[in-house]
Amino acid sequence: MRSGQRITDELAGYITRVEELAYELRISEVMTRDVKTVTPDMQMVQVLELFRKARISGAPVVVEGRLVGIISIEDLIRCLRGGDVAAPASDYMSTQVITVKAFHPVVEALKLFAQTRVGRLPVVDESGALVGIITKGDITRGLLRALQSDYQEEEVRRYRASHLFEDIVSDRTSLILRYTIKPRDFAHGGAASSHIKRALLRLGANPQIARRCGIAAYEAEMNLIIHTTNGGVIQVEIEPHLITMRAVDDGPGIEDIELAMRPGYSTAPEEIRELGFGAGMGLTNIQRCVDQMVLESTPGKGTRLEMKIFLQHEEALKDCHYNQEKKT
Amino acid sequence: MTLQEIVDQLNLRPLTARHDFDQVTPSSGYASDLLSCVMAGARRGGLWVTLQAHANIVAVAALLDLSAVIITEGAMPDPETIAKANEEGVILLSTDKSTFHIVGRLWELGLKDH
Repeated sequence: MRSGQRITDELAGYITRVEELAYELRISEVMTRDVKTVTPDMQMVQVLELFRKARISGAPVVVEGRLVGIISIEDLIRCLRGGDVAAPASDYMSTQVITVKAFHPVVEALKLFAQTRVGRLPVVDESGALVGIITKGDITRGLLRALQSDYQEEEVRRYRASHLFEDIVSDRTSLILRYTIKPRDFAHGGAASSHIKRALLRLGANPQIARRCGIAAYEAEMNLIIHTTNGGVIQVEIEPHLITMRAVDDGPGIEDIELAMRPGYSTAPEEIRELGFGAGMGLTNIQRCVDQMVLESTPGKGTRLEMKIFLQHEEALKDCHYNQEKKT
Repeated sequence: MTLQEIVDQLNLRPLTARHDFDQVTPSSGYASDLLSCVMAGARRGGLWVTLQAHANIVAVAALLDLSAVIITEGAMPDPETIAKANEEGVILLSTDKSTFHIVGRLWELGLKDH
């Protein structure tokens, strides 16, 4: 950043993001993988030809996958000046090669570029084998690509109906989504919970909240598909500070709720278990994901499951503030 | 390590349309055929190895934001499942090898459960 240039808030935000990305992005994500290499015995005239054809200005010198030097356009000029194009690359290459590790953040390469004034850095893996090459151009392209995907996320975020709760004035606003779940409809299993998760993201819920709701809704949905006589209904009520999900059916009901809540307990028939359902983890998973869970059931009448997720102030849907899920 | 490297090293067959494998970097792995266990145990951005091939694996992968699903033992999802995966942006990969073999190779390649 040149001094004297006025920095707007927008610009400042952008700079910070680029700096952040330089730490987030790994060298392996931006480097060029298809490395053009030369061997020490290659004639300089061949090196010239390679540079011209591949439109590159430098290449690592490699013997059986091991990096032994690096040769650049400057070395080539030195050679041409002496009219020594038949000489082997080993006569002109520099053997003091500075490398970077593929798994290091891009900022490490940026530091080296600033310190050493080299134009390219060979990238090696943990064992020291050459896996790529990185130039400032690769970094710029990588950062731009990352910013571009940021920008797309930004657009999605704008599209989100996150202002909904702000725009509508009432004493208490809520949005209700309803899904009808058919019994044994494995082909559509998970459809309702996917829709619920997507709706929450569009409404500005943070990814962690949306994921928790998605998991809980999925288990409730699969329970309706696996266990009910006539299917059931999932109703999601979304309020700025509270998400309430209800799964209701009309039978057959649960004989022993305490037993049903026990991890690993399942009444699913064998053919359903073969599909990977009926592990007896559904209710346990729900309990893990929601803040409050109430399960009521009457054998022969039906079951009603209510799940609540309370949104903390910074997660509240009224607040457009976008919380990015922490990377684990 | 990118998904591209994993696909190349393990000789996996991509079943879905998305092919930006060098842009996908799986952060962890999980192996189970019980969907609720996956729901409980798989991490965001992780790779899931299973021999289940029915449509619900797509829902699970989408809900958990998994980076890809490796379907083992040559189990083949039906066209509707693949269509659903394409719609949801879920990457499905296939192999004839067993789950044990695939997980072992992934571990060797450096994808650990962290």
